[in-house]
Amino acid sequence: MIVSVASGKGGTGKTTVAVSLALALQADRAVQFLDCDVEAPNAHLFMKPKIDQSEAVYTPVPEIDESLCTHCGRCAEVCAYNALAVLKEDVLVFSELCHGCGACSLFCPESAIKETGKRIGVIESGRAGNIRFAHGRLDVGQAMSPPLIRALKKKLDPGRIVVIDAPPGTSCPVIESMKRSDFCLLVTEPTPFGLHDLELAAGAAREMNIPCGVVVNRASLGGGDGEIRDFCAREKLPVLMAIPFDRRIAEAYARGQSLLEAFPAYRPEFLKLFAAIGLGSP
Amino acid sequence: MKQIVVISGKGGTGKTVMSACFAVLARNAVLADVDVDASNLHLLLHPEIRERHVFKSGRKARIESARCTACGLCLPLCRFGALSKDAAGKAAVEPLSCEGCGVCFHVCLEGAVAMDPQVSGEWFVSATKYGPLVHARLGIAEENSGKLVTEVRKKAREIAEAEGRDVVIMDGSPGIGCPVIASLTGTDLALVVTEPTPSGLHDMERIIELAQHFKIRTACCINKFDLDPGYTERIERWCDERSISVVGKIAFDPAVPESVVRRIPFVEYVSNSSSDVIRTMWASLWALVR
Repeated sequence: MIVSVASGKGGTGKTTVAVSLALALQADRAVQFLDCDVEAPNAHLFMKPKIDQSEAVYTPVPEIDESLCTHCGRCAEVCAYNALAVLKEDVLVFSELCHGCGACSLFCPESAIKETGKRIGVIESGRAGNIRFAHGRLDVGQAMSPPLIRALKKKLDPGRIVVIDAPPGTSCPVIESMKRSDFCLLVTEPTPFGLHDLELAAGAAREMNIPCGVVVNRASLGGGDGEIRDFCAREKLPVLMAIPFDRRIAEAYARGQSLLEAFPAYRPEFLKLFAAIGLGSP
Repeated sequence: MKQIVVISGKGGTGKTVMSACFAVLARNAVLADVDVDASNLHLLLHPEIRERHVFKSGRKARIESARCTACGLCLPLCRFGALSKDAAGKAAVEPLSCEGCGVCFHVCLEGAVAMDPQVSGEWFVSATKYGPLVHARLGIAEENSGKLVTEVRKKAREIAEAEGRDVVIMDGSPGIGCPVIASLTGTDLALVVTEPTPSGLHDMERIIELAQHFKIRTACCINKFDLDPGYTERIERWCDERSISVVGKIAFDPAVPESVVRRIPFVEYVSNSSSDVIRTMWASLWALVR
């Protein structure tokens, strides 16, 4: 079973919740943790896994064999991303625009295009206690994270409870991370930003037909979480957990301590959260 | 006219709070929310929308079932896992996975695939009491956020030039991927907002590396600096070694989230030591670019 943790707004506590959930479950169950926030992966800073495997990930980009190319222009015509420009004497490849769909090589009448790999990042995997851990790290300067997330999710072990830490937002990297999840936890905070982006994230989960529930972090902030609870009631989103606004939690985070490590009293809360997800029995 | 972008790597470090303060302090700016995926700046600036534009970008495949002969030619060629067989063995598209490459369209012998243009968002030009705001809303689960960012930036620059405004202030998105790159290239200054935590430092290193990759001048500000003096020192040292100036250190101040709850830019909400730091910071940033 796969539980993804998402939020819309960044910095609401996705990693805190995902890591704590995994840690709470690991004593009695086989758990896998996938950090799919490949642009800003952070879970390892709190889980401190022992990494024993590291593999580079490549996406296919076209390479033109000039000796075969007749400059007919077919490749540029079929490329939906303007990643190829055919000039009289030359073919230009803009690899940062390429999605690796393979159209150019497939439709080249001269078979003058072969695909080579362009490195976009790395997947590192290992163990944190009993938890199988893996994350992706997008190379700095690379624009497209979805292929790296897809490669990371190939590591998914269906025999385990899989906790996925998703990136913020609601666009393609988030969708790629949430895909095929059985449940999505949406972490929010009681600010106008938190609520606004919760609406977006809940919309994305709904679009994907993934059942979801809400964790309110910093619940005592400002006027409290009344507005969020009203929204959740209207949208029939269960509020499964609330974590108060507490400087001590922020300080523990700053020390690199997970919530469970700093405040073990939260363990039963996270077990309750997992039970509430409705996937309690393996 | 100068362009300043506020970014962070890690989400939730305070980009939007800072951007809204700069909107107040700059006096002659155009504001742009280039976090098109989860935009929030409008929640603090209370815009009145003056123009609405549809953002069309990309296409998605659709099977015209009556024409599909279930030959199966397209199925193995889709690299995005967007094609499957329906009950009758005909091709079916999973729209969330389709990246609109058109391989199925080009390969189909029966002309059974249509490539429908997509409306993937909206963008707006609004008036606020701090100056014009260009902002956007990417449709849920849509792609091409980078292109929408480019569109928003273009409009903001046009307005600045037409109205003789001296700066475009952009509220950026978290991460280091396509929308961030689209907001970063060609700007005069990137302000990186970080916090003294392991993830704040880790993600700051990556975003500054990205800014340097594109040769963008960078300054840094540490939010909630008193949360962990050790990490604040590490951040300062890291920046110092790379000649990046730390232009402001703001304390962990409950008045900051309060101002957000009240939907008021922080420097307008309260006058205290934190708001003084932000005022000074804006002056330093402006001195760096002008």
